[in-house]
Parts: sequence; structure tokens; C-alpha cells
Amino acid sequence: MSVEPRVAITGISGRFGRRLAQLLHRTCTVVGIDRRPLHGGPRDVETHQIDIRRQRCEEIFRAGAFDAVVHLNVMHDPRTSSEEHHTFNIKGTTRVMDYCVRHRIPKLILLSTANVYGPRAENPQFLTEDAPLMGGTRFGEIRDLIALDMCGQSFFWKHPEVETVILRPVHIIGAVKNAPSNYLRLKQIPRLAGFDPMIQLIHEDDVARAIIEALKPGLRGVFNVAGCMPVPLSDILSRLDANIIDFPHFLAEPTLERMWRMRLTSFPPPEIDHLRYVCMVDDQPARQVLGYQPRFELDATLAHLRLTQGVELR
Amino acid sequence: MCPVSASLAPLTAAALRALERRVPDELMDRIHCLKQELGDRPTDDFGFDPDALKPVAGALSFLYHEYFRVQATGLTGLPEGRVLFVSNHSGQVPIDGLMIGAALLLEGQPPRAVRSMVERWVSSLPFVSTFFARLGQVLGTPENCRTLLLQDHAVLVFPEGVRGISKTYDHAYQLQEFGHGFMRLALETKTPIVPIGVVGAEEQFPAIWNAKPLANLLKIPAVPVTPFFPLLGPLGLLPLPVKYRINFGRPIYFEGDPDEEEAVLSAKVDRVRKAIEALLRRGLTDRGGVMF
Repeated sequence: MSVEPRVAITGISGRFGRRLAQLLHRTCTVVGIDRRPLHGGPRDVETHQIDIRRQRCEEIFRAGAFDAVVHLNVMHDPRTSSEEHHTFNIKGTTRVMDYCVRHRIPKLILLSTANVYGPRAENPQFLTEDAPLMGGTRFGEIRDLIALDMCGQSFFWKHPEVETVILRPVHIIGAVKNAPSNYLRLKQIPRLAGFDPMIQLIHEDDVARAIIEALKPGLRGVFNVAGCMPVPLSDILSRLDANIIDFPHFLAEPTLERMWRMRLTSFPPPEIDHLRYVCMVDDQPARQVLGYQPRFELDATLAHLRLTQGVELR
Repeated sequence: MCPVSASLAPLTAAALRALERRVPDELMDRIHCLKQELGDRPTDDFGFDPDALKPVAGALSFLYHEYFRVQATGLTGLPEGRVLFVSNHSGQVPIDGLMIGAALLLEGQPPRAVRSMVERWVSSLPFVSTFFARLGQVLGTPENCRTLLLQDHAVLVFPEGVRGISKTYDHAYQLQEFGHGFMRLALETKTPIVPIGVVGAEEQFPAIWNAKPLANLLKIPAVPVTPFFPLLGPLGLLPLPVKYRINFGRPIYFEGDPDEEEAVLSAKVDRVRKAIEALLRRGLTDRGGVMF
């Protein structure tokens, strides 16, 4: 009988981390690391409740004899101070990279995002992995995610002995608490009048499956990960049977800014550009090299979103 | 839905239906034919939805048949699958592009949706950006053109660009300098090139002077002054009812390295340019006068 590969998941207590653990634990020995407690994860998962930046954390990597590390311990909460955000994300990631080198872990998977390219008026319809990471042009808070992505790319060259995979999925939809899922869960969905960009959504399980594909030995590189077919925003909203409120864009952004300052919304104002401009990716390399294929069609993805809030899809 | 859009929605729907009723059945069939190619998808990857053509098809057909009385030749034997249409550009306002698109939709066998490239600032305009996207217009970047060709679409390009469209009437039917980008893309994607010569568009707004300083001030490519504009005010903005002659040439197949030096590429671009020149000459000899 072959020995099960040992996989460490940092940030396992997040909704996505827990989902990945559920999908992985039958074929791999999963070890979770998070400063938050893990609720509702698989029982056979060994977890360590510790901040990834602590020295003590190294012991887990030293003793773990891991075959791979999936680094999900990235803070996305836009309300956290930018200093805390930045140190947690960058320091945490460089620590994990350091441990991979020192304890000869052959594989590291970083979950970046397609938002690092940023929604921009001049974007081509499908961005490839070579496109510049311009997400920070208007949206300052995403700069540490860009820095994290860049860290991964330089690590890639400095330490070829570690197979590094950087995944840049499009808007992840599901039980996760992120801007696109939260937006589509709203009872009244605001939209920018006259703008109807093409949007790519991906089911959270498809992202998890892309990670599982990337765990295969011998694979490395940067990969965009797109989900089901791209459709206009209006089509998504009509499939959800949503109540739409159209705002002229020159009013929408100042209003959102004011609401953001008054803590009436969880959407950072510059993210409004996603309702205006296209930010879609070409994921051919992921399909060809990783063998990734999305399994969930748009309706299934939206049905899953609705299930996570207990409302049936029309 | 919010009260304002809720009350407007039935009105807009009724207006669109009224416009659609005026469209002849044959044209509707052609649009359905394009829609079928999409299968069960609401739009293609670029947001093109043939159904969006329905409300404007009546107006398009009027412009094509009645106003500009377009005479198109060479529409049979066009290549199936990916094809790059390369045309001369003239007339201050890109009605030539619209009429080429109309010719392929209204008279193409089978009907084809031609995709043309729009300026980058268009995508930041509300309503206009969505309208253009639904009608199949695509943001003009080389990446988008490559994607369209690889997906076997028909793409229309004007290698003269602004140099061609905003030239004054004393340069009518003189081809301006061609950009080389289209040839690199054609070589890379192994796409046949179909040259097009458009005769008539030059006279729709015969510009006698391009008010460059004003254009610079307004940050637009050109402000044409014609015998009627700005003299007649808004009436001068109406294009003259000239007769359009659109001659499609035979497809030209090129082979070679897309990364070749400019000098090598120039020879190939010149071949396309000469083909367009010949089509223009033919159109000019054929016509009896500007209006007929």
C-alpha cells in the first residue's frame, strides 16, 4: 500500500480552507495551520492553532515531513488596517516559503487572484498570465496581494527545487465571504447604469479541484483559473432573479465612498470598477498543463451560492 | 427592481418590439441564423448578442438600401471561418464600417457578423460601451483581434486608421500609410485577407479643412469643416445621400514569419494595398456620378 501524501493547509479555518480539507482528506493526510479554530472540518485532520508568523510554527514544518503546502493564509478583509494586512500577508507568505526551503518540502501552492490584473477600460477581453498586474492602479488594498503574487514569482526562480504553483482564479462563488459572493447575495443588487461587463465566475469546488490538480508532482508555474462560460453581468442577475437598482456611475462611486467611511458597506469603493470594466482571464495553460476542467456550469454555480444562504434559485 | 427602472422597463420593451416589427422576415431569419451559432449561450465571449441587432436592423436596412443605395460586389466565394477584411477608410464618420457590416449581414451567403475594433475610450462610456459590445464591436487591442481570429470570426480592420478617415477631400481616394499590425496577426493566425474598396464614403462629408487646433483642444482626432458644417448647423451633420459601392476582392493567403522585419512585411502589406487600390479604381470607373 502506498503512503498517503502529507499536505499542509495554512488558513484551513477559512470557509475555503475547510472545503479544500473536506475534498482532500480522503486521499491525503491533511495538516491544518490557522490562528483561528477549525469548526466543522473533517475529524481526521490534525490542526495547529497558531499564527503562521510565530517562530514556534517552524516546528510543525520541521516535524511534518510534508509533500506539499497549500498556502491559503491570506487576509482579504478590507476593513483590517493596511499595516496589519500587509505584514500578515507578506510576512506570513515569506515565512511559509522559508520553511519550504529549509525543510525540503517539494511543492508550494499559492492562491492568488485574477483581481491582481484589475478591471480596466483598456484590458483585452482575456488576460493571459503575462499581463501586467495593474490591479493596484486604483485599488490600493490589493497591492499586498500583488506583492504576494510577485513574491511567489521571485521565489520560483530563486528556489527551483521547490515546485511552486501560483493560481489566479476569477471571482470565487460559494460559501466563501468575498466581495463577488457577498455582492450576488444582496437582496437589492446595485449596478452601474449603462455598464454591463462580461464576467467570469468560478464555483469554489472548481478552485479546490484546480489546487488538487496542481498538487501532482512535476507541475509548476503561474496559472489563471476560469470557471464556467463568461456572461454579461445582467445575465447573472437575471438568472438570480435579483432586484436590480441602477445608479449612474458618477453618483455611485462618491456614494459608495461615503457609505464605506460610515461603515455602512463592506465593499471597498474602487472595487466598483468590476461592475464597469472587464477583468477576464484566459486559462488555456491551466487546462493544458494542469489538466484542469471546470465541472460546474453557471446555473449550478449560482444555485450553490443560493444554497449557502438558504434561498432557492428560480 | 427600483421604481424608475420598473416603470421604464415596459416602455422600453414596447418600443423595441415596435422597432422589431418593422424588420422584414428575411432579415429576421438572417439574424436568427447568427443567433443559432451561439447555441444556448446568451452572448459570445465578447458580449455579442445577435438579438440586439433586431431593433436596429430596420434602420440599418433603410440606410443600406434607401439612403446610401449600397451596391456590393464580390460577396460570393468569401472564405468560411476566420477571415480578415481590410478596407480603405474615409468619410469622417465610420459609416463605411457600418455599411460593410450591413453588406455581410444583409447580402452575405451565409450572413456573417463582422467584428470591428473600436477605440479604447469607448469602453469607459456608459450605454455606448454596452450597445457596441452587444452589436459585436470589440475593444481594439491586438490580443482581442487574435482571439477573434482564433475563434474563426470575421474581423474588419482599417489599417489607415484616423489618417484615412479624417483626411480632407483633396486627398479623396488616395490611400494613406498602412499600419502593419494586421499583417502580423494574419500571418500568426494563418488568416486569409479579403481586400475591400469602398467608393462613395469620401463624399458623405467632403471636408475642406480639418480644424486641428480645435480638435487638439477637444482631444478628438479631427474636426472636419465641410461646405455644410458648421454653416448649416446640425443639418450639416447629416451625411450626404451618396451612393456607396463596396467591392470585395478575392481572398489573399499569406505565409511567413509574423515576427519578420518591417521591410519584409512591407512587401506583403503593399500587396494588400495595391489590391485595394485596384478595387477603388474599379469602383470609381463604374460610377456615373457621386450620387448615382
